[in-house]
Amino acid sequence: MELKSTNEEWTLILRPQRSWLDLRLGELWQYRDLILLFVWRDFVAYYKQTILGPLWYLIQPILTTVVFTVIFGNIAQLSTDGLPPFLFYLAGNTVWGYFAACVQNTANTFTGNASIFGKVYFPRLTIPISVVLSNMISFAIRFVVFLVFWGYYLIIGADIHPNWWILSLPLLVILMAGIGLGVGIIVSSLTTKYRDLQQLVGFGVQLVMYATPVIYPISSIQRNWQWLLLINPMTPVIELFRYSFLGVSSLDPAYILYSLAFTVVILVVGVLVFNHVESTFMDTV
Amino acid sequence: MSDVVISIENLSKTYQLGTIGTGTFYGDVKRWWARTRGLPDPYRKVGEKDHRNRIGETLWALNDINFSVNRGEAIGVIGRNGAGKSTLLKILSRVTAPTSGVIKAKGRIASLLEVGTGFHSELTGRENIFLNGAIMGMNRSEVRRKFDEIVDFSGVEKFIDTPVKRYSSGMYVRLAFAVAAHLEPEILVVDEVLAVGDADFQKKCLGKMGEVASGGRTVLFVSHNMQAIVALCNRVLWLNQGTVMMTGKTAEVSEKYVSFGSEDLAEVRWDYEQAPGTEAVKLKSLRITDEQGLTDNNFNLSDPVKIEMNFWVIKPGMRLNPSFQIFNQLGVIVFATTNFHDPEWNERVYEPGLYRTICTIPGHMLNEGKHTVSALVIRNKNDAHVREEAVSFTVHDDGVSRSGYTGGWIGVVRPLLSWTVDRIDSSPE
Repeated sequence: MELKSTNEEWTLILRPQRSWLDLRLGELWQYRDLILLFVWRDFVAYYKQTILGPLWYLIQPILTTVVFTVIFGNIAQLSTDGLPPFLFYLAGNTVWGYFAACVQNTANTFTGNASIFGKVYFPRLTIPISVVLSNMISFAIRFVVFLVFWGYYLIIGADIHPNWWILSLPLLVILMAGIGLGVGIIVSSLTTKYRDLQQLVGFGVQLVMYATPVIYPISSIQRNWQWLLLINPMTPVIELFRYSFLGVSSLDPAYILYSLAFTVVILVVGVLVFNHVESTFMDTV
Repeated sequence: MSDVVISIENLSKTYQLGTIGTGTFYGDVKRWWARTRGLPDPYRKVGEKDHRNRIGETLWALNDINFSVNRGEAIGVIGRNGAGKSTLLKILSRVTAPTSGVIKAKGRIASLLEVGTGFHSELTGRENIFLNGAIMGMNRSEVRRKFDEIVDFSGVEKFIDTPVKRYSSGMYVRLAFAVAAHLEPEILVVDEVLAVGDADFQKKCLGKMGEVASGGRTVLFVSHNMQAIVALCNRVLWLNQGTVMMTGKTAEVSEKYVSFGSEDLAEVRWDYEQAPGTEAVKLKSLRITDEQGLTDNNFNLSDPVKIEMNFWVIKPGMRLNPSFQIFNQLGVIVFATTNFHDPEWNERVYEPGLYRTICTIPGHMLNEGKHTVSALVIRNKNDAHVREEAVSFTVHDDGVSRSGYTGGWIGVVRPLLSWTVDRIDSSPE
C-alpha cells in the first residue's frame, strides 16, 4: 500500500519540525468561532462577580488621567502644547492603555496557557488574537469616555481643532493592535525559554511609556534628541491621534508610514517566531 | 487498497534531561558561540558525555515506532509507566511534535487527554459547552445541533445556567465528558479519562466509546486498566521503554502483558540512602512470607499470606498507620488495608526508630494469579508517605475448593462462604 497511497489522501501529516513558512493560517480561519468565544469569555469573565462590572473599564483610565494631570500638569508643570491638560493626558492614556494591554496580555500566551496547550490542540495564535480583540472592546469603551470629555471641551470652546485626520482612526487602532500583538507574541515565544522576559514586560512597557509622548508633547523635546522618540513606532500613532482630535502636533503625519512599516515587519517576524516555537514548546516550558 | 487511517512511521521522540538551556540568556549565547567555533561547551558538567556523542542527557521516550491503524478499529495502547504511552498521545493530539519520523492520518483527530480542558469556572454550563466544543474543534452550529443531546447525556439540565464553579466534581466531569463524547471526529484518542466519575457514569462512557468504535470510527484508548481494554479494544499496541513490544489481538497481547516481567520478588531491602520514602519515613524492607514467617511467594488458595514491612521513622511526633494495597494481574485493586482498628497502635505517636509491621491475609480470600503489593505509611489518616510497588506473589489453585470442577473461576476474590441448602417442599411445582 505504501506505493499506491499518495500523500494527497492524508489530511494530517505530523512531522518533527515544520518549516518556518508553514504558517497554517487557513487553520486559524477554521477556528474563527473559537477566537470569538475566547473574546467573549475574557470579556464576560472579567467582570463577573464584581460589583461595578463594566464600570471598571471607565474608572481606571479616568483615575490615571486625573493622577497624571495633577502630577505632570499641576506639580511638574510639563507643557501640553497649549491643550487642556486633562484632555491631553486622556488622549495619550487611551491610546497607550490599549497598546500596553495588548503587549502585557499576549506576552504570557505560552506560559499562562501551558495547562490547556498541554492537553488539546488548536491553533495557538487564537489566544493572542482573541486577547487583542477583547482588549479592543475595552479600548472602545475608553474611547467613548474620551469622546465625552472631548465633546465637553468642544462645547465650552476650548482651543482644540479636530480635523479630517480623524478618519485615520481605524488605521491607528490597527497599528496599536498590530504592534502590541507583534511585540507580545515575540516576547511570549521567548519566555518559553527565558522567564526573565516576563518580569521585564510589565515594567518595560511602563518605561517605554516615558519614551513615548504620552505625558509630554514631542515639541517639548530638544530637536537634536527627538530622533530618540521617533524610533519608537508608537510615537507617530499617539501624536497623530492627538493631532486629529485636538489639532496640535509638531510631528508630520507622514511619520505614520514608519509605524505602518514597523507594524508589518514586527507582525511577520512575530508570527514566524510564534509559529516556530508553537510545535514543541510543551517540551521546554 | 487497505483502509489505513493512521500510519506511524519511524516515530521517535527524545527529551533533554536536566535543565534546559544554561539558565541564562548570556549562558546560552556563550554556549552557542563556543559551539559554532567548534569549541567544547563551556557549561558542560565535568565527566558528562558531550552532546555530540548523543549520549548523556537525552531520554528516548519513543524509539522508532511503526504502527498503523485501520478504519473502525478500537486500538488499546498499554505499557507500564514510562513506556511512552503519554508521549505517543501527545504527539497524536499535536500537543508536541516528534523528534523524527512522521505520523499521517486521514480525518480529524480529537483527543481526550483530560475532560473539561478550557472550562472556565465563572461561565455557566451552557456557555462552557460552547467554549469547550470550540476548543475541541467544533464550530458553533455543530455544537448547537448537538446541544440537547449533550445536556441530556450529562444529566445536568437543571443546572445548565449555573456557573460551573458551583457544580459538584461529579457534575463537572459528566458535563465535560458529554461535550467530548459528542465530538464526531474520524479518530478519537482517549487517555484514561474513565478513571473519573462514579461506576454508572464510567459504564456510560465505556458504552459511548464502544458506540463510536462500532460506528465505523477509529478509537485509540490508552489505559492501565486491562479490564477496560479487554472490553473495548480489538487490537492492542504494547509499548515498553519507548519501543513496540508487541501488537496483536487483545487477548493474545494482554495475556503476554500481564505475565511480562513476572519473576515475583518475594523480598526487597533498601540501604538507608537509597530507601524509598521522604525525610520523615523511609522503607527498609518488604517481604512476603508464609505462616511460619519464611520468605516465599507461591501460595495455595487455602494458605494465609503474610506481608512484612520494616520502616524507619525519622521525624518525631507523627501519628502513622502502615497500609498495604493488593493489586491483581489486571491492575485492579483487590483491597486496601490498614490498622485503624488496632487498639494499641492506631492514633499512637511513632517516635523515631525502626518499626516492623506484619499483615496477614487469610487463606481462601484471594483468587488465583499474580498479586502485587504496594506499601504505604499514612500520616494523620491523610497523606501517604511511602508508596512502592515492590513485591508480588502468586496464588495457585490447589483444587481444595473445586471438587472436580475444572473451568475458570471468575472474580477478584474467591472466598469460601457459608452456604445452606434445604429441601422445603417435596413436590416440584
